[in-house]
Amino acid sequence: MPFRTAQIGLVSSHPEVYEPCDDSFALVDALLADRNHLLEHHPTLCMEVGCGSGYIITSLALILGQEAPGIHYIATDTNPHAVRVTSETLEAHGVHAELVNTDIALGLEKRLAGLVDVMVVNPPYVPTPEDEVGREGIASSWAGGENGRSVIDRILPIADNLLSDKGWLYMVTLICNNPSEICLQMRERGYASRIVVQRSTEEESLHVIKFWRDLDAQEDGKQMVTPNKTAPARGVMESLLSQFPLLSTWRTNSNNSS
Amino acid sequence: MRLLTHNMLSSNIKGVSNGFPLRIEVGKVVEKQVDFNADFLRNMFPKIEWKAFVDAAKTVGYAELPEEVDSSALESEEFLNKFHHALLELHLEEGALVCPETGRRFPVSKGIPNMLLHEDEV
Ligand SMILES: C[S@@+](CC[C@H](N)C(=O)[O-])C[C@H]1O[C@@H](n2cnc3c(N)ncnc32)[C@H](O)[C@@H]1O
Repeated sequence: MPFRTAQIGLVSSHPEVYEPCDDSFALVDALLADRNHLLEHHPTLCMEVGCGSGYIITSLALILGQEAPGIHYIATDTNPHAVRVTSETLEAHGVHAELVNTDIALGLEKRLAGLVDVMVVNPPYVPTPEDEVGREGIASSWAGGENGRSVIDRILPIADNLLSDKGWLYMVTLICNNPSEICLQMRERGYASRIVVQRSTEEESLHVIKFWRDLDAQEDGKQMVTPNKTAPARGVMESLLSQFPLLSTWRTNSNNSS
Repeated sequence: MRLLTHNMLSSNIKGVSNGFPLRIEVGKVVEKQVDFNADFLRNMFPKIEWKAFVDAAKTVGYAELPEEVDSSALESEEFLNKFHHALLELHLEEGALVCPETGRRFPVSKGIPNMLLHEDEV
C-alpha cells in the first residue's frame, strides 16, 4: 500500500545527520495542505536543498506519487552522510530522487536554471556566531549565523535563478529570521508569498512560507523601492505584514505556545 | 546518478569558462527500471543538450541514440523508448565526473556525485 508521507520508522539515520523534527513535520504538513494545488501545478522537476535524512523529499515524492507520475526529483546537501542517508530513506519507501553532494546548487546552477517547478527548503536557520555556519558535521544543519539568515540569504537568489516561470518555493523560517523582511526582499525579485503553516512551540515559532512569481508583485516591488510611495505599494506592505500578526507578541511574550 | 543529472551538471571552479559537459569516468554502471512516461520525456527533451547526452550514453555503453534529432522524433515510440532508457535507467554508480577545462575530478560514489569545491577553487 502506498504511504501518504515518509514513515519515521523507515527514515534512515546517522549520528551526524539531522533527524526529522518539528520543522520537518511543519514543511511536510504544508506540502500536504497544498497537495491539490501541487497536483494541478503539474511540476516536471522538484528539488530540495538541504535534504538531511530525506524525510521531506521522500514525503514529497509520496504525496505527489501515483497521481502525478513522471516527476523528476533532485536533492542536495553539503553533508556527505546526509545524501547517503537520504538515498536509503528514498529506497526504503520505493521512490527515487537524484542526489548531489553540494553547496546549495553548486554545479547545477548553469543547466538547471529556470527548470525547477517546486523547490522545498528547511534551511539551517538558528542564530549562531557566523563562524559556526557550514562547519563539518551536524552543527551545519542548524547553524544560521546572524539572525539565522546566512544560508537563507544565499539560497534565495539561487532559488530565484533555478525556479521556472511557474516555479514555487516552500521554505521554513523562524520568527527571528524576520520572515516579513524575507517576503519583502522576495517581492523585490517579483515573488508573492503566503504563509502555509504556522507553528509555535516552547522553543520556537516557525512559518512555512510559499513564494511564487507574480507580475504584480514585481511591479509593486519596484514601486516600493522607489522613494515616491504609491498607494498599491503601501497596500502590499500592509497585507504582507498582516500575514505576521503575531510577530510583535512573540517578541514580547516568549512563553507563547499553542 | 542518471544521465539526466549528468546533463544538468557543470564544473563551477573559479576561472573555468565552460565547465560543460563533464567527462564521465566509468567505474560501475547499473540499470534500474523506471516506469515509462511520455509526457515527462516530451517536457525534458527541449532542455537536454543532445550531443553531451549522446556522448555520455556511449561512455556508459549505450550507443543506440541518434547523433542528431529534432522534436519530430518525439512522435516515434521507438525513439522515446531509447530516450527513456538512456535518460533515466542507466546510472553511473561509481566513477567520476571530470572538468573538461581543468581535469579536476568530481568523484561519484554510491551513485552520488560530490560537486563540493575546495576553498581555493571557489
Ligand atoms: C534543518 S536541516 C533539514 C534536514 C531535512 N530537510 C529535514 O527537514 O528534516 C538543514 C539541512 O541543510 C543542510 N545544509 C546546510 N547548509 C547547506 C548548504 N549550504 N547547501 C546544502 N545543504 C545545506 C544541512 O546539512 C542539513 O541537512
